[in-house]
Amino acid sequence: MTESTKQAAPVADAAPATGRRDVRALLQERWQWLAAAALVAAVCFAPFQLVPFRVFQLTMVLVYAVALLGLNLLVGHAGQISLGHGAFFAVGAYTSAILLHDHGLPHLVTLPFAAALAFVLGLGLGVPALRLRGLYLALVTLAIAIFLVPLIKRFESVTGGAMGLTLEKPVPPAWTGLAEDQWLYFLALAVTALAFASVYGLLRSRVGRALHAIRDNEAAAEVMGVKLSFYKTLAFAWSAMLAGVAGCVYTWTIAFVAPDSFTVTLSITLLAGLVVGGLGSMAGPVLGGLFVVYVPSLSQDINKGAPGVVFGLLIIVVMLVAPTGLAGLAGRAARSTRKVLQKERRNA
Amino acid sequence: MSEFLQQVVEGLGAGAIYASLALALVLIYRFTGIVNFAQGELAMFSAYIAWQCVHAGLPFWLALLITLAVSFTGGMLIERVVIRPVEGAPELTVVIITVGLFIFVNAAAGWIWSFLIKDFPNPFPGGAAELGGVAVGYATLGIFVVVGVVMGLLYLLFQHTKIGLAMRAVSANPDSARLVGIRVGWMLALGWGLAAMVGAVSGVLVAPQLFLEPNMMGGVLIYAFAAATLGGFDSPVGAVVGGLVVGVAETLAGAYVDAIGADLKVGVPLVIILAVLLLRPQGLFGHAEVERA
Repeated sequence: MTESTKQAAPVADAAPATGRRDVRALLQERWQWLAAAALVAAVCFAPFQLVPFRVFQLTMVLVYAVALLGLNLLVGHAGQISLGHGAFFAVGAYTSAILLHDHGLPHLVTLPFAAALAFVLGLGLGVPALRLRGLYLALVTLAIAIFLVPLIKRFESVTGGAMGLTLEKPVPPAWTGLAEDQWLYFLALAVTALAFASVYGLLRSRVGRALHAIRDNEAAAEVMGVKLSFYKTLAFAWSAMLAGVAGCVYTWTIAFVAPDSFTVTLSITLLAGLVVGGLGSMAGPVLGGLFVVYVPSLSQDINKGAPGVVFGLLIIVVMLVAPTGLAGLAGRAARSTRKVLQKERRNA
Repeated sequence: MSEFLQQVVEGLGAGAIYASLALALVLIYRFTGIVNFAQGELAMFSAYIAWQCVHAGLPFWLALLITLAVSFTGGMLIERVVIRPVEGAPELTVVIITVGLFIFVNAAAGWIWSFLIKDFPNPFPGGAAELGGVAVGYATLGIFVVVGVVMGLLYLLFQHTKIGLAMRAVSANPDSARLVGIRVGWMLALGWGLAAMVGAVSGVLVAPQLFLEPNMMGGVLIYAFAAATLGGFDSPVGAVVGGLVVGVAETLAGAYVDAIGADLKVGVPLVIILAVLLLRPQGLFGHAEVERA
């Protein structure tokens, strides 16, 4: 980066001659900031430009992005596999729903409860499961995801059984002047931003380095003094917590929970979205969220099986040819574009 | 007492089906060290092929033969195309690929045959034989016989044929096997083909019990996992014993433990998996892995 700044300086001096070159120099130097600013602007203005259904879809993208962020922490950063994250998602969703339905708590207040319960469950399940090899973790989490649906149906008096619970959506405060869907969107956006910021910070700390060490070579990590079981269990619990948070926001958004929304299909879809979006990157969960929401809605007109066929094929293809997923491909594209731009500038 | 025995027999019948799918899982694990999460879905797809053949007017046993042949080829093809490129890749990669296969096969079956349930012909006559005060359904007896025959054939193949010997060599030590001229890649593909065939048998056995639909094997798969974990993932005998134990445990728990009942039976495999992993991770008949990092 410093090199390009140095090189860019003389170009900027010569710039007044042609305004076009000035813009290009600015683009080259600051494109990351510009892109980020454009993204933030687009994200903030989108709900004012779109019809409520589209806003709802974007809100769901954010919900899945948070869940995938959690899953990414476990799969992409710590290298452990979970086929049952839908279960933690469901725990968050039901915690929020029950508190809203039976105790009339305000929506935002249910969030910490949902997060805490999912965290504790993740910790409890992580302790036995993570002492063992990764494969068995996949087995146990899959079994949990399958077991959860009949369990929810059994405790009918609390969970509403197979009929589920119907709730109310959060009411936007009058001072905001926002419609219901827009308010929900911004709530989800705030939660998402907070979640991403925390995970970003976490990964840059010693915890993040410990997780990466475990993922890359467990034995070497242990030799370096990383306590495997401690960090793996903690990663599992954080990951479960984020899934729970996502589930809670899901409940606010849909205002209805029923056991059949949280079958093993959800867990598998989450893993699929993450793999396609990109394991181990910050952009992966967002791209995965877009994928999980839009692929079914675009392809299910063709056939009810079409989303699954697309998902399944893409997972296999991505794992075989581009293990870093869409995020990795986007990063690669950005780097080669920059290279082309730099080359062009030198030639100019 | 006779009611208890009746439940045990029911459980053994269910267990035989779990055993057959667990056998398919164990076959692949033995040869490639992979746990194939798509095994149940492949079995479901095979059941659909059988249904299609019967629907086209073929007699049942001919349809079964065609199904087995198609499954065998399909299994080998999957190994060649999808699994081969990730040989030796981290466990995570391989698990994700088989999960992708799971999603794909499930959705493809729904696309081809719709998600509506279909009636599957039962190859065995209805009714039951009386054995010492316990009614054993002919269907249950048929399942025992079929699973027994499959086991016997596998035993003969592995212990008394040259190709079986080659396959065992590959599973024991791929490098040495390659040095003595065994085509390791093809043996692995053969392992997948055999597993798909054994899975097809379990799919065809399950289909008349449940209804045929794309999500039919989801529940069975988790019982098969419990069976394989209990018996030890590298032990075919363990898979069968594990399957029978899981079947009986599940049926008895559903019948006699009120807190579990018919709806929460699916918690039994979860408990079994957790208990085995905590107490004896290699399973009853498996070998503990000694790893050198």
